[in-house]
Amino acid sequence: MVPRTGREAVGVAAASSAAAPVGGGLALAEPSLLEQVGAVARRSVVRTFRQRALLIFPLIFPLLLFAINGSALGAARKIPGFPDVSYRDFALAIPFIQGALFVAVTAGTDLARDIESGFFNRLALTPLRGSALLAGQLGGAVLVACVQSLVYLGVGLATGVGIASGFLGALVLLALSILIAFGFAGLGALLALRFGTGEAVQGFFPLLFVTIFLSSSNLPRNLIKTDWFKEVATYNPVSYLIEGVRSLIITGWDGEALALGFGFALVLCVLTLSFAGAAMKNRLVRT
Amino acid sequence: MRRFLFVARGVAWRSVHNTFANPAIILPSIIFPLFFLAAFAGGLSSISGVPNFDYKPGYTAFQYAFVLLQSSAFGGVFTGFAVARDFDSGFARRLMLSAPQRSGIIAGYAGGALVRWLVTGAVVTVAALVAGMSVEGGGVELIGLLGLGVLVNIAAALWACGVAMFLRTEQAGALIQMPVFIVLFLAPVFVPLHLLTGWIHAVARVNPATAALEAARGFIAGSPVKVALAFAVLAGAIALMAAFSRRGLASAERAG
Repeated sequence: MVPRTGREAVGVAAASSAAAPVGGGLALAEPSLLEQVGAVARRSVVRTFRQRALLIFPLIFPLLLFAINGSALGAARKIPGFPDVSYRDFALAIPFIQGALFVAVTAGTDLARDIESGFFNRLALTPLRGSALLAGQLGGAVLVACVQSLVYLGVGLATGVGIASGFLGALVLLALSILIAFGFAGLGALLALRFGTGEAVQGFFPLLFVTIFLSSSNLPRNLIKTDWFKEVATYNPVSYLIEGVRSLIITGWDGEALALGFGFALVLCVLTLSFAGAAMKNRLVRT
Repeated sequence: MRRFLFVARGVAWRSVHNTFANPAIILPSIIFPLFFLAAFAGGLSSISGVPNFDYKPGYTAFQYAFVLLQSSAFGGVFTGFAVARDFDSGFARRLMLSAPQRSGIIAGYAGGALVRWLVTGAVVTVAALVAGMSVEGGGVELIGLLGLGVLVNIAAALWACGVAMFLRTEQAGALIQMPVFIVLFLAPVFVPLHLLTGWIHAVARVNPATAALEAARGFIAGSPVKVALAFAVLAGAIALMAAFSRRGLASAERAG
C-alpha cells in the first residue's frame, strides 16, 4: 500500500535530489520549501486515499456515536438549564473532535510506518528539509480532516441540525475543526517521531479518546453534578475545543467560546508542531 | 471428552498467562471500563434528575450495570484479538496440528476470556463501590448479576473466536468489536427504556442486550425484572455463537 517505489516516491525523490550536485559539481537550483512540501504532501495524500479503511472507519465511527448518543441522550434536554436546542444539535460538535483524534492516529501511523520501513532514513539522506518533510507528511491527514469535517457538517444538516451562526458560521466551524485536526495531526507526528512505531502511536489513541469523555462533550459544564468531574472538564482543554465548535452550532457568535476554541487549537498546533519539529531534528541526526 | 478438556485447559492457561504477563494486554481491558464508569456515572449523573427517572439505587448503580456487562462483552472481544494474533503469528496453525480435539481450542480461549473478565469485573465493582454505589439486591440477586456477566462474556468470546477464525488476521479487530459495541450502545445505556424516544426506543425495545441490561439493573435494585427473558436470550446467543465459532474453526481447518 505504501507507494515507496511509485510515482509519488519518485516525485519526493526528485524534489529532494534536485538540490544535490549532479555530474561532478553541476548544482541545480534548490527547490523552494513550498515545492518540497508539495512533493511530500502529494505522496502523503495519495497514500492516505489509497488506504480506504483509514478513511472509512474515522468517518463512520464518530457518526455512529453521534446517531446513537444524539438520540439516547435526548432526555438530557429535560434537565433544567439545558440549552434550548435538541440534543442532536448539542452533540454535533463531538464528531469533529473525535474525527480530529483519528486524524492524529492516521498521521502518526503513516509517519511511523515510513520510519519502520526505512523510507524515512532514505529521505533523510536527501537535501529535503526537515520542516518540509513534517509539513508534507501532515498534508494527507489535513486533507482527511477537510473531508471528514464536510461530511460531519453535511450529515448534521441532513438530520435537521441548524447552524445558529449561519453560513459564515459554518465556514468558521470548518476552519476551526481543521485547525484542531492539524494540531492533533502534529501530536500524532510527534508520537511517531518520538517512539518510531505505529504500535506506540495507536497505543496512545485510547488515552486521547478518554480526554473527550472527561470533557463537557455530553453535558454543559454548569450542568455536571459531580464535582471532581466538573473540575476535570474545566481543566481539560478538549472542553474548550468542543465548546468553540458547539457555540457556532447552538449559540451563534459567542466571542468568548470562539476565542477559547481557536486559542487552544492554536496553542495545540504550536506546541505539537514545535515539539515534532525538534523530534524530527533529533531523528534526522540519528540517521 | 478427556482430550477436549486437555486441550481446553492448555489453551485457557496460555491465554490467561499471556494476558496477565503482559501489561499492554490486561491494562486496557481494566482501564477502559473504569473510564466509562467515571465518564458516564460522573459526567452524566445530572440525567438522574430528569422527570420519571425512577431507578432507586442511583445513577452510579445504573451505569455500573452497563459497564459491568460491557466489560464482560469486551473481555470476550479482546480474546478474539488474541486468537487473530495467534493466526497472524503462525502459532494457531501449530496449535491446530497438535491439538487432539480441536473444539477444545475454542473452549480454551473462552475460558481464558472468562478469567480475564472476572478480574476486570472485580476491579470495576470495587471502583463503583468506592464511588458510592448503592446495592439493594441480596446475595441471590448478585449471583444472578454475576451469571448474566458470565453468559455475556461467553457469548462475546464465542463470537470473537468465530470471526477471528474465519478471517485469521489481526485486521479482523474492527469487525470483531464493532457489532458488539453497536448492540451494547443500542440498549438503554443512559436512561431507562421508557425515557427513550424515537428510533432509538424502537431499536432498544427489540435489542436482546436490553433484556440483559434491565435484568442486571433489576438485580442491583433488588427488584428483579425480565430475568427469565434475559437468561433465555443469552442462552440462545451462546448456542448460536457456539455454532458460529465451530464453523469458524472448520474454516480455519480447511485453510490449513
